[in-house]
Amino acid sequence: MSTAATATVLEADHAPRVEVRLEDGWRLNPKVALRPEPFGALAYHFGNRRLSFLRRPELVTVVRALAGAPDVRTALADAGVPEAQWAAFVGALSTLAESDMIHSRKEGQQ
Amino acid sequence: MTITAPAHDARPKGGSLVDQFELGLDAPICLTWELTYACNLECAHCLSSSGRRDPRELSTQQCEAVIDELQRMQVFYVNIGGGEPTIRPDFWHLLQYAVDHEVGVKFSTNGVRLTPERAGFLASPACNGYVDVQISLDGATAEVNDYVRGPGSYDTALAALKNLQDAGFKDAKISVVCTRQNIGQLDEFKALADHYGATLRLTRLRPSGRGADVWDELHPLPEQQRELYDWLMAHGEDVLTGDSFFHLAAFGEALPGLNLCGAGRVVCLIDPIGDVYACPFAIHDNFLAGNLLADGGFREVWQTSQLFQELRAPQTSGACTKCEFFDSCRGGCMAAKFFTGLPMDGPDPECVQGYGESALAADRSIPAASQDHSRTAPGRNQPVMLTLTRRPDDFTPPTSAPVSACAENPLAGFTP
Repeated sequence: MSTAATATVLEADHAPRVEVRLEDGWRLNPKVALRPEPFGALAYHFGNRRLSFLRRPELVTVVRALAGAPDVRTALADAGVPEAQWAAFVGALSTLAESDMIHSRKEGQQ
Repeated sequence: MTITAPAHDARPKGGSLVDQFELGLDAPICLTWELTYACNLECAHCLSSSGRRDPRELSTQQCEAVIDELQRMQVFYVNIGGGEPTIRPDFWHLLQYAVDHEVGVKFSTNGVRLTPERAGFLASPACNGYVDVQISLDGATAEVNDYVRGPGSYDTALAALKNLQDAGFKDAKISVVCTRQNIGQLDEFKALADHYGATLRLTRLRPSGRGADVWDELHPLPEQQRELYDWLMAHGEDVLTGDSFFHLAAFGEALPGLNLCGAGRVVCLIDPIGDVYACPFAIHDNFLAGNLLADGGFREVWQTSQLFQELRAPQTSGACTKCEFFDSCRGGCMAAKFFTGLPMDGPDPECVQGYGESALAADRSIPAASQDHSRTAPGRNQPVMLTLTRRPDDFTPPTSAPVSACAENPLAGFTP
């Protein structure tokens, strides 16, 4: 695997530049496929061929639910993620957003 | 590595990604598929002892079925190699078939069939930017390259790189196996890659296949390992390594990448006849997990084979676990140990802490190859690994003819 294209999510080693907020709507990039794995899922971006690893099954549930939820807060609540962990999950989502795995549903953006 | 416990379903949660990878995945991340054992070249260090086509080679239809299964398993790309994959008449068809089925292709070639037309096809929208090309080059000069890859192979590789560049193909890879003869050329390799708009990829020489015969002469010397490590630390971001140098991590800081033996866990190899091995460097019966025709398909072999279950179970690494660098190198490369006759729970033969050298000096027996597709008679491309030298200055010519073993004179060979 190309090491330069490997990112792991839920353990980002730097602050992501893209900010995901609880009140915004997001969705999985249609170019991204999620492959279920025992630890969570492997996300593959068919456009830039980057691999990311979603390190929690709950994060996979949240990512899959984004498109159908009005906002991130609802997706997190519906997935049963305790509120104390929301900040960590929002951080993970921001890392995914930065690597173009998820897109904002706001007008004017992709 | 010795197996201590059988694999079981209760899988620990959390831990690092490497911990999770050691327990195996539902499908490989990095799958190598050798399409044919046939090759126009006869490289001295060929991992798969290639040369002659195997009559049992998978048919076009069987290859398509493999691609269909990879798509179902969401294996997003395969590394295709050989032999020389492009000399299979259906190679370009299979390439297109894979791309059309969401299985990206990175193929390794010596460049022999990369004509301007083929380069144009690879750069075209038909490939959808979903194809990577790796041109093998084991010397930055013809002299060093052709020494192991055979006469003319340097020119072939450079012609292919030029064709790709002229066709507008973006970001070809130059794939180099690092040897004693070419470690001093790393900067030249980088310059070559820059010249062709390509990315440099460096990998480790394995004593696998015919590589076992030449490993003693070709593998980098201890001080060259350091040179390589320092060079990788300085250029790490611009150079690919296929994670193959994790044994060097014991020098100190880990190199970028997984630093883990992925054999049977995240990596495996499908050979031209559908045999599935734990890794591309381990084509030997000891690492054969099954056959995808005989054993119910690739998914079945990957998920249920006894060998892969064992590789995913917790393992012990003997004396290595006591070494302070064990967390960095994790005992090194399984294939490198096996093919040099070292125990699986001992150090890597190229252990940078020096434990490999003492292990190599001890009693060991190199395992016999379990397959060999080398040509039975040398072809015109076979490398001749001889270096011409001058007669040494202190050479003294013999004063008389050698004494024959049947000389009867009791004074034969006596010089007063």
